[in-house]
Amino acid sequence: MSIKNLKMKKMKKQNEKNIFYDSSLKKRHASAKRFKIFAMSSLVTAIAFLVFFISDMLIKGLPALQQTYVQVEITYNDKSMKSPRGSVDRKLRRIVSRAAIREIPRQMQNNPQLKNTTKFKWILADDQVDQYIKGNYYKLKNKDKQKVDELKKQNRVELRFNSIFFTHGDSKIPEFAGIKSALIGSIFTLLVTMAVSFPIGVMTAIYLEEFADDNKFTQIIEVNINNLAAIPSILFGLLGLAIFINLFGLPRSSALVGGLTLALMTLPIIIVTARAALRSVPDSIRQAGYGLGLTKIQVVRDHVLPLAFPGIMTGTIIGLAQAMGETAPLIIVGMIAFIPDSPSSITEAATVMPAQIFTWAGMPERAYIEKTAMGILTLLTVLISLNAIAVYLRKRFETKW
Amino acid sequence: MVANINTLNRDNIKNITREKMKTKINVKNLNLWYGKNHALHGINLDIYKNKITALIGPSGCGKSTFLRCINRMNDLITSVNIKGQIVIDGKNIYDKDVDEVSVRKRIGMVFQQPNPFPKSIYENVAYAPLKHGIVKKGIQCDELVEQSLINAGIWDEVKDILKEPGTGLSGGQQQRLCIARTIAVQPDVILMDEPTSALDPISTEKIEALMLELKKDFTIVTVTHNMQQAARIADMTAFFHLGDLIEYDETEKIFINPKEKKTEDYITGRFG
Amino acid sequence: MKLNKKSNTIFESKNRSTQLKENAIKYLLIAASTISVLTTFGILFSILFEAIEFFKLKSFFYFLTGTEWSPGVEGSKFGAVPIFAGTFVITFIAMAVALPIGIFSAIYMSEYATNSIRSKVKPLLEILAGIPTVVYGFFAAITVAPLIVKVCEVIGLQASFNSALASGIVMGIMIIPVISSLSDDVISSVPDSQRKGALALGLTTAETIKSVVLPAALPGIISACLLGVSKALGETMIVVMAAGLRPNLTMNILEDMTTVTVRIVDALVGDQAFDSPATLSAFALGLALFIVTLILNIISVYYIRKFKSKYKVNSL
Repeated sequence: MSIKNLKMKKMKKQNEKNIFYDSSLKKRHASAKRFKIFAMSSLVTAIAFLVFFISDMLIKGLPALQQTYVQVEITYNDKSMKSPRGSVDRKLRRIVSRAAIREIPRQMQNNPQLKNTTKFKWILADDQVDQYIKGNYYKLKNKDKQKVDELKKQNRVELRFNSIFFTHGDSKIPEFAGIKSALIGSIFTLLVTMAVSFPIGVMTAIYLEEFADDNKFTQIIEVNINNLAAIPSILFGLLGLAIFINLFGLPRSSALVGGLTLALMTLPIIIVTARAALRSVPDSIRQAGYGLGLTKIQVVRDHVLPLAFPGIMTGTIIGLAQAMGETAPLIIVGMIAFIPDSPSSITEAATVMPAQIFTWAGMPERAYIEKTAMGILTLLTVLISLNAIAVYLRKRFETKW
Repeated sequence: MVANINTLNRDNIKNITREKMKTKINVKNLNLWYGKNHALHGINLDIYKNKITALIGPSGCGKSTFLRCINRMNDLITSVNIKGQIVIDGKNIYDKDVDEVSVRKRIGMVFQQPNPFPKSIYENVAYAPLKHGIVKKGIQCDELVEQSLINAGIWDEVKDILKEPGTGLSGGQQQRLCIARTIAVQPDVILMDEPTSALDPISTEKIEALMLELKKDFTIVTVTHNMQQAARIADMTAFFHLGDLIEYDETEKIFINPKEKKTEDYITGRFG
Repeated sequence: MKLNKKSNTIFESKNRSTQLKENAIKYLLIAASTISVLTTFGILFSILFEAIEFFKLKSFFYFLTGTEWSPGVEGSKFGAVPIFAGTFVITFIAMAVALPIGIFSAIYMSEYATNSIRSKVKPLLEILAGIPTVVYGFFAAITVAPLIVKVCEVIGLQASFNSALASGIVMGIMIIPVISSLSDDVISSVPDSQRKGALALGLTTAETIKSVVLPAALPGIISACLLGVSKALGETMIVVMAAGLRPNLTMNILEDMTTVTVRIVDALVGDQAFDSPATLSAFALGLALFIVTLILNIISVYYIRKFKSKYKVNSL
């Protein structure tokens, strides 16, 4: 008999002596192990999706942090004032950004000493040059490509931090497109959202927790809040369209309408978290207030609310973060127009960050893919910061009763 | 002052002349830590076959912890550290090559709160034996279920409602159902952790009578808060205090003529 | 010293103005509370109203049963079956991804994972929940869809760049946290005594989970599942960006098809007149969506109540 067989026989004999060993258990343990591994791999898969997704966004978006600049000679004279394109050498005209060229007359007006001079300046390159430099798919004519390579050898091509993305609004010229107008639009919209949903939400929560009796009316309200939370967001857009725009006649595409629509969507979150915060204030505080002869309003306003406030704030921030990422209802109420300039009031046409991302994602030029990804990273950064603030607030003000 | 536990045990065995009691479980120097907390201090104990052994003592003395060591249920708690041996039928169940699942096949447990599964009464009893391969589905299984329910003293009450959920029974009936499913697995030892403390007096009486019947076929170790219960049904009683085994003897001797002062204090109600 | 005849006790009667103030504030709170009720009815009626306008122009029966949807100017037909079918196919794919991953992740987190692992992993899954859907849509259109096309090329199949599979998979990823979070809460709420009882009978951990824990948690898991389906049906951005625009009645998940939400968006961002059938069709579709998600939500709440009452759990 081979050594392996002998070993197995020995183990079998040992196991037979061991009354706590059962051969049928082997199968069951193996099956149990498979189950555990299957469960673990599900979790790993979910996390792998997350990792894959984030890295994909980073890979696509981080290049947008940099923008290609080229150093060219610009002639500032009267001819350049009238037709700025002439201020750059003909061979380099397609290499520089149209937007940068548009700026030249204004530069000459602000700086009269430039007149009749020729200077070497670093200006923004065209988006196709930018794509070429970054190694992406590009559409450059061969002679332009050669010109860029020439400039590169002369160290006249450089990648710089893309501050334009944060200081400019949308543009039909890809290299000039930025997220500023969408950011301002988001801020306006969310201001409206909070101004409406915060007071209404908190008041509803106070009513339900402190004042309401357990009657039909209260039940109807609670059921409705549950339903509101489950309604698909796009239907809120339909409501906004039919009532705010058609019935009330509010301006389409404005932060006002968008904000009101989002406010209705955010109500359930604020109500639920505010209620939880109010509920967590121990009853002894209220009893103490009543015992001192205070009225219900005084007890709630001066004693319960301040204690519940951190929890309410946390819930509001979470609601805010959710509203910031909403797109569908805002598309229905029209907030996806092309908005190059930041809005200056809540009744002007505006767009929000997620809608801007949506618009850029639909643009044919390849340069917009970067912008979209960068916009996504910006949005995610804002959201993560908001959530981090909420978590910090929650931890900081978590009082243990 | 705690006398030397080892001499205590040997004294006991010398004194037992009535019948030769076979040792079923031999606990050797069992120590247990919950993290840093040393909960059981060097327990030495012999549990005898086909006898009811009661573990008594004030809250927190370690008797339930000790009970759970016997079927390795404490292994499920991550902060637990166990040293020592529990030898059953010649094999230390804490040896490396022992499968704790098979330990629990031979050592069953009934809990303080009745916990039948959300399945039918029949399934509650049949599930584990089928899984262990003790019986096959069909007549074999039906017979086992019927016999277990009879032995648990509940057959007459449930024989017509075997398909009903086990959770629909009363507290006392649920506990007897749990006993039925435990004995269906055909263990050698049944551990009971305060089996009647959550039940009314009539159910308690029924289950105590059941335990006296069951000891004919099984070795029973029970934790109880109720000293009268221990006095009523236990053959041997062990008194625990703060993680030590203070005294272990025939029940009569413990209650009528305890050797240790602590035992006497507890029994007369001076503490606990 | 003259005692006020009215107050023959030492307790003053309530000051009238404070009483009015108290009541005013109370009614203000009540008014605020009714806004949520008004909103629900507002949504229902505004959609219903416009949908009725649509059904005055086009047949209700054909809407529910017809298989051609062509909103052109001449001879427009509005049979919504291909749109409903597309919605169901993509939802089905999403649930096929989200259900197993969600439930088994929940099982691992509540039954197997140590506290330290669980506390680190749970927030990660919450991140998946917090990602805006427009971002998922971009991911689906730019990364997942081309990937599927490429993979299919390699195996010799042909996939559209707007395949249902792409949107379905990404939608599934989005829904994982919905399923896993609620399932985790539910499974953790199953009383420990049940597990102890099973283990004491000599069952392995896996057998305990399969035979005792999961059946006990089943109502809660069903509820989570329905919530996930509801979310998938109402999802807009992922499908607008990655799925197709044309109604396509097919079972081939590699083809492009469209959903209810995509058509709603398409009908409302065009330049058509508001009371044209093409635009109003959005409200008819919206009504269908509203009713279905409402029913799913009601059933889901029913199941969660059932679970709560069974185990007297209040934390859900």
